Amino acid sequence: MSNLLILPILIPLLTGISLIFFRKNIAANRGISLAGSLFTVAASVVLVDKVFHEGIQTLNVSNWEAPFGITLVSDTLSALLVLSTSIIAFACVLYSFWSIGEELERFYYYPVLQFLIVGVNGAFTTGDIFNLFVFFEVMLMSSYVLLVLGGTKIQLRESIKYILVNVISSALFVITVAYLYSVVGTLNMAHISVRISQIGQPGIITVIAVLFLIVFGIKGAIFPLYFWLPGSYYAPSAPVMALFGALLTKVGVYSIMRTYTLFFYHDTGYTFGLLQILAVLTIVAGIIGAVAYWDIKNIIIYNVIIAIGVIAFGVSVSTEESLSGSIFYLIHDMIIKAALFMLIGIMIKITGTSNLRKISGLLRNYPGLGWTFFIAALALAGIPPLSGFPGKLLIVRSGFASGDYWGAGIVLMSSLFVLFSVMKIFINGFWGPVRAYEHKEAPVKWLLISPVLLVTLAVMYGLGTEAVYPFISKAAETLTNPEIYINAVLKE
Amino acid sequence: MEIFMAFAIGILFMSATYLMLSKSLLRIIIGTGLLSHGAHLLILTMGGLKKGAAPLLSEQAPYVDPLPQALILTAIVISFGVTAFFLVLAYRAYQELGTDNTDRLRGKEGNE
Repeated sequence: MSNLLILPILIPLLTGISLIFFRKNIAANRGISLAGSLFTVAASVVLVDKVFHEGIQTLNVSNWEAPFGITLVSDTLSALLVLSTSIIAFACVLYSFWSIGEELERFYYYPVLQFLIVGVNGAFTTGDIFNLFVFFEVMLMSSYVLLVLGGTKIQLRESIKYILVNVISSALFVITVAYLYSVVGTLNMAHISVRISQIGQPGIITVIAVLFLIVFGIKGAIFPLYFWLPGSYYAPSAPVMALFGALLTKVGVYSIMRTYTLFFYHDTGYTFGLLQILAVLTIVAGIIGAVAYWDIKNIIIYNVIIAIGVIAFGVSVSTEESLSGSIFYLIHDMIIKAALFMLIGIMIKITGTSNLRKISGLLRNYPGLGWTFFIAALALAGIPPLSGFPGKLLIVRSGFASGDYWGAGIVLMSSLFVLFSVMKIFINGFWGPVRAYEHKEAPVKWLLISPVLLVTLAVMYGLGTEAVYPFISKAAETLTNPEIYINAVLKE
Repeated sequence: MEIFMAFAIGILFMSATYLMLSKSLLRIIIGTGLLSHGAHLLILTMGGLKKGAAPLLSEQAPYVDPLPQALILTAIVISFGVTAFFLVLAYRAYQELGTDNTDRLRGKEGNE
């Protein structure tokens, strides 16, 4: 069935639309969105299997031939990312039942969440540059609503900044697409790649490549463009934070990966060199923030920035091994960041504060929460049997192999600081004297389901590296050989 | 013709940047409006401004490029939606926070 690859976009869309009609009925809202998320996960699993066994799946929407219509393309990378997105969405829906509060649930929370998933899955699957812009906007519009829903003062204030930054970056995206269109005269990604290789990447294409880096760097929070992220991610409630931290910035990184490996691979000296410098600076900036703060939200937020830097460094080295490492790390990071944001969400729910100096001794009363957090922290830092290890190993090894000693060294060092920053939360928050907190009746038992699910998945992902690796290396193979992608789309 | 358009768009971008760097929230939103005008005109210009009939099959060929017009139409409605949301957000923020000065929108917790 060739329409399979549209299902991860279509199911959340239909779920979201049908949820609009049941605004007041919370039970129906929860049931339908949970069922919709489950169907999305199932469809993504089938899609990954199909793409892995039968090669890249393409769908020319309404049967217009490839460069003229919109083509949806699902290679192994995008199928894997769609699967991770769907799993995280499912976990977030489940987590929201006990954390978001009935008032927000009644105000279109679940439909907007589904629309966010439409945007993210669409951005991962599309094969058309302007369609990518549209899916970005679908995603961003939903994220504006999720960020401001509830309307507390801090949310209103931070939404203004977040929207302003994203309006500017969207305008830049439109401008960049306009420039690219005037040079190559097409919007289909595979066709753009063919045209660029025909004209052999003159200077103007390099300028456009840097413009794309700026656009996607703002979305993905790369070094000089990450200033908006700490404030904006501080404002919303825990499940929304988990969705944002796991998905939104990763779409930017995926777009950098896609455009840089598919379009701009002819004259790599300048663009990939720039990306490398920015990636290393991103890691350093993230480390400084993660070490500096005594606020658990801020610590995890700056860890998002560090991970973006590590993935971008792997992309900039641009060997097959480093790209495999980046993909490995990307998926690991999506899962583990969602779990960590959920876990600190529970901590905040119990203690009523995110100030680490006011939290201690949680381990005595909440051992399940404590040990889940401990495993998640070790996985984040990349301790060998867990999921963060193989990706970082591949990135560091290929960095050393291609002579980028400074960059690879900093990636290696960053693990130490990441471990320090999350262990700071564990040691100060879970050990020490037991304190009495007002919100003891928080439904911790139920809230723990989703993070435990995600952490188990992360542990299995780390232990089953051998089983996962064929998928990853196949995804990296498509990235290093753009011909595979082009031939799949423009069947000639 | 494209040269003139490039200057006009450049001036729009310049004004947009200037307005978005100011303190008042409404000036910033006017800046985003100008920015999207600039971006839309840029798509039209970069698509080519050669003379031709409107892209309707009932007209005589040659036609102008229809693709940029479709892109602009899409971008216009998207920026319409975002601008409407942004304006309402600014209104709510003015009600709740009691200021439209971006210098006073700081800190970790709520302002008064």
